[in-house]
Amino acid sequence: MNTIVCIKQVPDTTEIKLDPVTGTMIREGVPSIMNPDDRSGLELALQLRERHGGTVTVITMGPRQAEAILREALALGVDRAILLSDRKFAGADTLATSNTLAGALRALPFDVIITGRQAIDGDTAQVGPQIAEHLDLPQVTYVERASLETPAALRVRRAVEEGHQTVEVDLPCLLTVLAGAVEPRYMSVRGIIEAYNKEIEQWDYSRVTVDERAIGLAGSPTRVFKSFSRGAKNACEPRELPVEEAVDLILAGLREKFII
Amino acid sequence: MDKTEYKDIFVFAEQREGVLQEVAAELLGKARELADKSGERVRALLLGENVAPLAAECIARGAHAVLLVEAPELAVYTTEPYAQAMYHLVATRHPSILLLGATTIGRDLAPRLSARLATGLTADCTGLEISDDGDLLMTRPAFGGNLMATILCKEHRPQMSTVRPGVARPRPLDPGARGDVERVTIPFNPVKFRTRVTGFEPAERSRVDIAAARVLVSGGRGMGGAEGFRLLESLADALGAEVSSSRAAVDDGVAARERQVGQTGKTVRPDLYIAAGISGAVQHLAGMEESGYIVAINKDRTAPVFQVADLGIVGDARQIIPALERRIRLTRSK
Ligand SMILES: Cc1cc2nc3c(=O)[nH]c(=O)nc-3n(C[C@H](O)[C@H](O)[C@H](O)COP(=O)(O)OP(=O)(O)OC[C@H]3O[C@@H](n4cnc5c(N)ncnc54)[C@H](O)[C@@H]3O)c2cc1C
Ligand SMILES: Cc1cc2nc3c(=O)[nH]c(=O)nc-3n(C[C@H](O)[C@H](O)[C@H](O)COP(=O)(O)OP(=O)(O)OC[C@H]3O[C@@H](n4cnc5c(N)ncnc54)[C@H](O)[C@@H]3O)c2cc1C
Repeated sequence: MNTIVCIKQVPDTTEIKLDPVTGTMIREGVPSIMNPDDRSGLELALQLRERHGGTVTVITMGPRQAEAILREALALGVDRAILLSDRKFAGADTLATSNTLAGALRALPFDVIITGRQAIDGDTAQVGPQIAEHLDLPQVTYVERASLETPAALRVRRAVEEGHQTVEVDLPCLLTVLAGAVEPRYMSVRGIIEAYNKEIEQWDYSRVTVDERAIGLAGSPTRVFKSFSRGAKNACEPRELPVEEAVDLILAGLREKFII
Repeated sequence: MDKTEYKDIFVFAEQREGVLQEVAAELLGKARELADKSGERVRALLLGENVAPLAAECIARGAHAVLLVEAPELAVYTTEPYAQAMYHLVATRHPSILLLGATTIGRDLAPRLSARLATGLTADCTGLEISDDGDLLMTRPAFGGNLMATILCKEHRPQMSTVRPGVARPRPLDPGARGDVERVTIPFNPVKFRTRVTGFEPAERSRVDIAAARVLVSGGRGMGGAEGFRLLESLADALGAEVSSSRAAVDDGVAARERQVGQTGKTVRPDLYIAAGISGAVQHLAGMEESGYIVAINKDRTAPVFQVADLGIVGDARQIIPALERRIRLTRSK
């Protein structure tokens, strides 16, 4: 069974601090990591290979620095690593990102494509299902586990609001995987050393089967019109009020923050 | 693309097992508010098997009309039949805006559909407005809630967005509202149905990890023991939240160890953290100060917890918590 895992390099957003005065994000010093959902997805792919044979390929679209997560994947034992990098890909929203990735995936053999459910920077959870649509594959989202049910189908456990569903999906297919579902393995010292002798394939636009108008900024229907931070946090002035008035104040706060 | 050919707001009226979901009512209300401003109409897209009785509820919640699709293929949600039906409705009728709830169903369906329609999609919005140019301004959190971004989809239609449950309020039910219900038959292509739901296992509520909760109701020694924690449980139930605690409450045997927040417990980052009867020792604050919105209730005005709170109430948590619960249940039932 051949699996391709789409992995993304992201800033570790749990390490992001807000400037106490301006309330803006401080990005300096924030480490870049492999997106947590993708790490779990990669683990799932490696487990499928252990059980059923075949290969695992990782692919990422990003700048040169994104090689770091490909090296990490090689150290974990993947067979093949591809960096998609071209100025034409830049400025992409999720639709354009999915078009680029799908264009590259068309040139590769696979039975299963795995993506993370959601990247912790863009936070949209849209790229996986969009790739599935471009490649005309069935999709299963919010996946925690998967195993081969018959030679032609996977049995998948997925998380939904009320509990867990079991879903059978025909191969080839695309899964979006949740972090925490499978415990990712650690890199071995040997793996790390060997990773440096393995090749990272560099693919530019010429290797991707996609219309130029469907990728990059030009292929992106959405634009970030403006962005702003939550604002600086000052110590609040605690208020002493009768019970119902205190409740009014809390409810107003929750409404303002869209919590209720 | 000629934008003038696209008008009206379509809302995916999500139902599960014949029950209209709260988020559908919220979105119908929001859509109606936007439509009243722009002089457009709201249509609810009601899909399922034996769901016709919900059409009246959609209209009472703000829809001018309902597009009803009843088919056995739609009995239990799976991606492809719903995507085919939604694609058919949207591609033949050209709405300007299409809204779905940001539930596991909405977030599975919307990206699939946006790719089929080759249009933009904004994820998990917490705010929707119409700009002076008549475009939809879609505001959403990114970077783990550290940044808010307003997204535009100017040159493509429909403008699609998934909207977080709970950010809009449903309109009060208007039983006198009238609207058309149009039945639509979908030319399904079953060859593409390649997933089957074969089993379901309901969740045990108490097993939810506090680190993953979006809302936490947290209590300390000031709640006065097990009885006080029952008040917190009940508020958490009304909010769809989880209960967490300080170490003192764990040491007292009132809360389970896995519920402890702080340096030697778990680090949490919910959208809302309510700290009730917690003093706010540094070891506790280390585990929760990055929460989106912090409400602290403490009878001591000088409690350090107020230094990290967005909203601080000096008072008796054992009175305020149940009063808050009553009011939340009241607004929810309206
Ligand atoms: C503040 C902000 C808000 C944004 N809002 C939107 C929006 O609402 N709609 C929109 O269309 N775009 C939006 N974007 C753009 C979007 O973040 C980018 O298109 C990004 O490349 C992909 O989206 P994501 O990070 O949300 O990925 P997700 O869809 O959350 O990622 C899911 C999975 O897809 C795979 N994947 C994603 N990107 C890559 C990659 N580059 N290489 C390999 N695998 C990948 C990974 O497996 C990942 O786990 C926004 C960008 C910013 C900065
Ligand atoms: C190495 C180390 C690690 C630690 N790790 C953790 C940790 O991970 N997590 C953690 O929480 N603690 C931790 N602690 C303990 C921490 O220092 C505090 O002792 C603990 O957080 C206090 O819990 P509390 O706020 O519930 O209780 P208290 O400090 O006793 O505070 C109770 C508060 O309730 C208020 N109150 C009383 N009655 C009412 C009422 N009716 N209505 C409203 N308010 C009321 C009081 O004014 C007071 O502020 C650690 C300590 C050490 C030394």
